[in-house]
Amino acid sequence: MSEPQRVDPGNRAVRRILGDAVVRHALSRIGLYVFAGVMLVFFALPLLWLVLTPFSRTPAYQITAPSFTLHNFRVLLDNPFALRSIGNSLILAGGTAVLAVVFAGTAAYALSRVRLPGRDALLYAILLLSSIVTGTAAMVPIFLMLFQLNMIDNRLALVLVLTGGLLPSAMFILKDFMDSVPKSYEESARVFGASPLQILRHVVAPVVRPGLATIAVWAIVQVWGNFLLPYILLHDQNKQPAAVIMYTFYDEGGTPNFALISTFSLLYSVPVVVAYLIVNRRYGFRFQGGIKG
Amino acid sequence: MAGLGTGRAVLFVVPALALIAAFLVFPALWTLYLGVLKYDLAGSNAAAPQFVGLGNYTDALTDPRFANSVLLTLAFVGLSAVLGQNGLGFLLAATLRRAVGWVRMLVNGLVLLSWILPGTVVVFLWQALLDRNGGTLNALLDTPGAAWTLDHPLATIVVFNIWRGTAFSMLLYSAALDAVPTSHLETARLYGSGPLRTFRDVVLPRIRGHILTNTLLITLWTFNDFTPYMLTGGGPEHRSETLPVYVYRMSIEGGQLGFGSAISLIMLVINLVIALFYLRLLRRRGG
Repeated sequence: MSEPQRVDPGNRAVRRILGDAVVRHALSRIGLYVFAGVMLVFFALPLLWLVLTPFSRTPAYQITAPSFTLHNFRVLLDNPFALRSIGNSLILAGGTAVLAVVFAGTAAYALSRVRLPGRDALLYAILLLSSIVTGTAAMVPIFLMLFQLNMIDNRLALVLVLTGGLLPSAMFILKDFMDSVPKSYEESARVFGASPLQILRHVVAPVVRPGLATIAVWAIVQVWGNFLLPYILLHDQNKQPAAVIMYTFYDEGGTPNFALISTFSLLYSVPVVVAYLIVNRRYGFRFQGGIKG
Repeated sequence: MAGLGTGRAVLFVVPALALIAAFLVFPALWTLYLGVLKYDLAGSNAAAPQFVGLGNYTDALTDPRFANSVLLTLAFVGLSAVLGQNGLGFLLAATLRRAVGWVRMLVNGLVLLSWILPGTVVVFLWQALLDRNGGTLNALLDTPGAAWTLDHPLATIVVFNIWRGTAFSMLLYSAALDAVPTSHLETARLYGSGPLRTFRDVVLPRIRGHILTNTLLITLWTFNDFTPYMLTGGGPEHRSETLPVYVYRMSIEGGQLGFGSAISLIMLVINLVIALFYLRLLRRRGG
């Protein structure tokens, strides 16, 4: 508040206006913190269960006062499907990330280096396509396709479906990275007789590593949380990922196995939080144009 | 050409394009074809699908359940995304920057957490929150036995989706507001402009593009969101059956693949319209 020194304090009107300003300022601070408090409660309330119940002696829907135990984690380790489903999620997410990085990387490199006619139009068209043909809108033909090919319960088929959906955005993002690699690097490598594939692996890839890492993490997070596609394409419980297997953690009467679900939720959530923290620390969250969250 | 022959370049592009063709282009085109068939997963129409022309579309348009689903989807997208996530995201972005560091970090962190946790987990967290008997909400409000998901299914999925997705709008508006020059805000304040007028005259013109971008993106995502199914299963009595849930229940659960494809195609067309708006916007901004 630097204004008071600049005006004549004897002027009553000015003093009243200043008084109003102080009151208004105080009110806006109070409003701000009331709003922040309400938001804090709204966003924290559902999360409490995830933090408290895994360590509760009487896990239920009801949040109980802390009564620390690790017994629920014993239940988790004893369940044959729980850890296997985390492994399945890793296979699906890892497989999709590798395929997306390799295929989008090679395609983006080629599109960046060679002038194909209509290249930019092609990129825009497939980007448009990928935002239209979502898993939800295309669930019927994708389900039917794999059903007729006898590929329900085939994890490789699911990885290919997931990769196909992520490739357009991945190519779009990676092409910008590829465009920024100086061509002189590749030319000197070529002078020493390196093949295009060697150049891509040993010269270009190291330079665009941040881009490749972004795509890999993004693909992993997308697949890790994906429910619908594995739900309709994998029916064998031994192959289902974490997102789907949770729906089998109920007894015959439909009562959830709280000890199992709470610890499993925690285990299943930690990797995405860690991945987010790493990415956020390294690259920060920037919004340029319209990169998908 | 820069050492990478056209032949090799084609080889580099082919795997990506093949997957895109198989799992994006082909499904879209096939939907067009499947939509004119009477094609069921089981029964007589499974082996020999029958051509019915626009029959599936006229069936859909006269099905009160389809009309109900369209209205619910409009309400769901309008209330939870366009108004809810947009408004709350902006409010959070605009106000939190004036709060003390630790308050800002704490609220930001919680909003982000609700966005990045896996869908299956957050759905279960909300079931624990809203449960009739042991739910946290009933305990807090002292309303034992209130069945939120049964009595207010639409409100449930709307509030849930606001909680789930506000982070994106908050991040985007935060970045947009960072770009508004402080000197302009100072000037407005010196001329005695109140917060609402400052917003209208100084802030709004600079973030108008971001508002459009954000609205289109969250509309597209919310429209295609399958999470309502996990929370309420579309019920009770179809009262939270948005279009994705309707398609799932008719085609995958009910086995009516032809009819489901017709609805899917309607969804694809709506997606196309939203996406075209978005791309036009991006290109105009030189993005």
